[in-house]
Amino acid sequence: MPATLPATLVGKKVGMTRVFNADGRNIPVTVIQAGPCFVSQLKRSDTDGYDAVQLAFDDVKPRNSTVPMIGHDAKAGITPKRHHHEFPLDPKQADALELGQQLTVDALNDTKFVDISGTSKGKGFAGVMKRWGFKGQLATHGVERKHRSPGSVSGRASNLGTGKPKKGIRMSGQQGNARITARSCEIVGIDKTNNLVWIKGTLPGANQGILLIRPAKRLYKSKARIANG
Amino acid sequence: MSTSLIQAVEQAQLKTDMPNLHVGDTVDVHVRIVEGAKERIQVFNGVIIGRKGSGIAQTITVRRIVANEGVERVFPLHSPRIAEIHVKRHGHVRRAKLYYLRERVGKKRRLRDRRRGLGHLVQAAPTTPSAEPKAPDAAPEGEPVLAS
Repeated sequence: MPATLPATLVGKKVGMTRVFNADGRNIPVTVIQAGPCFVSQLKRSDTDGYDAVQLAFDDVKPRNSTVPMIGHDAKAGITPKRHHHEFPLDPKQADALELGQQLTVDALNDTKFVDISGTSKGKGFAGVMKRWGFKGQLATHGVERKHRSPGSVSGRASNLGTGKPKKGIRMSGQQGNARITARSCEIVGIDKTNNLVWIKGTLPGANQGILLIRPAKRLYKSKARIANG
Repeated sequence: MSTSLIQAVEQAQLKTDMPNLHVGDTVDVHVRIVEGAKERIQVFNGVIIGRKGSGIAQTITVRRIVANEGVERVFPLHSPRIAEIHVKRHGHVRRAKLYYLRERVGKKRRLRDRRRGLGHLVQAAPTTPSAEPKAPDAAPEGEPVLAS
């Protein structure tokens, strides 16, 4: 496998467990079933204005797909797939790929850190104590029916002239069920037979949720030292 | 599907030579300690007062008395830092967690030896029942053979 392969994959969160490393240290890991993914579309700057690859993941019965999607996959010479996600690429990396090509966890061979995006678990319409960690009000001392309320949102000084609270005041609202990116996640191990990747720590979303794996965009100093050898 | 994949990940790391451990057993835990480049083995001797978790996450809590002060250590059983575990004696206990031993002082700390299910040991060594049982994992669990 050439090193120019992009470290981009679509995967499914399997669950969490732990592994012991060579020092005997216990590392919490999230297991992802990453791939096999297939190149279902290549976008090039001369035809589409930018370079990107669309990866297809997870077989689906044709009757559960749609005719346009089946035709789209057939164009790339692959069987119908459930998930299609686009990843931006360097022109050089795009040159190395061809339509219908299979990408496996081998693509992560030389990668130490990745960014992983997914949809977080939905928490519904959450109050400020759950959503922002406010302390709420007292339990006693005359507090009535306001134990979990946020208190004052602004005073006269902050809204002078407008009569409104400041922008960005933290209030109750929808929490979760949003796209979250976990940055600079360490790859602990790769299981090539089962197409599994072990990532240190927690990742967004429930088990069986779809996760997008990309090379880490930026690293803190200590991690950058490890990544560059 | 996913549970079997997780099991596949864990299975490779599970130790297969684990002795049959019970709460109340007095054990020698051989711990690998890395000091700089050198590695040595330290033995922690004590009573198992609790077991927790399952599979790769299984741990035991071992309690011993050092300089009249109780010391408890939690060992992940499948950690490579645990070199080996020897069972010295089986204590007679009626609890899954022996936290009551923390309150005990003096002779009350001691656990009665288990008499049930150890028939083969008594027959093998009738005169020295406190000798080290060579194959503690061979103790027929759930087979109430009364030692006469």
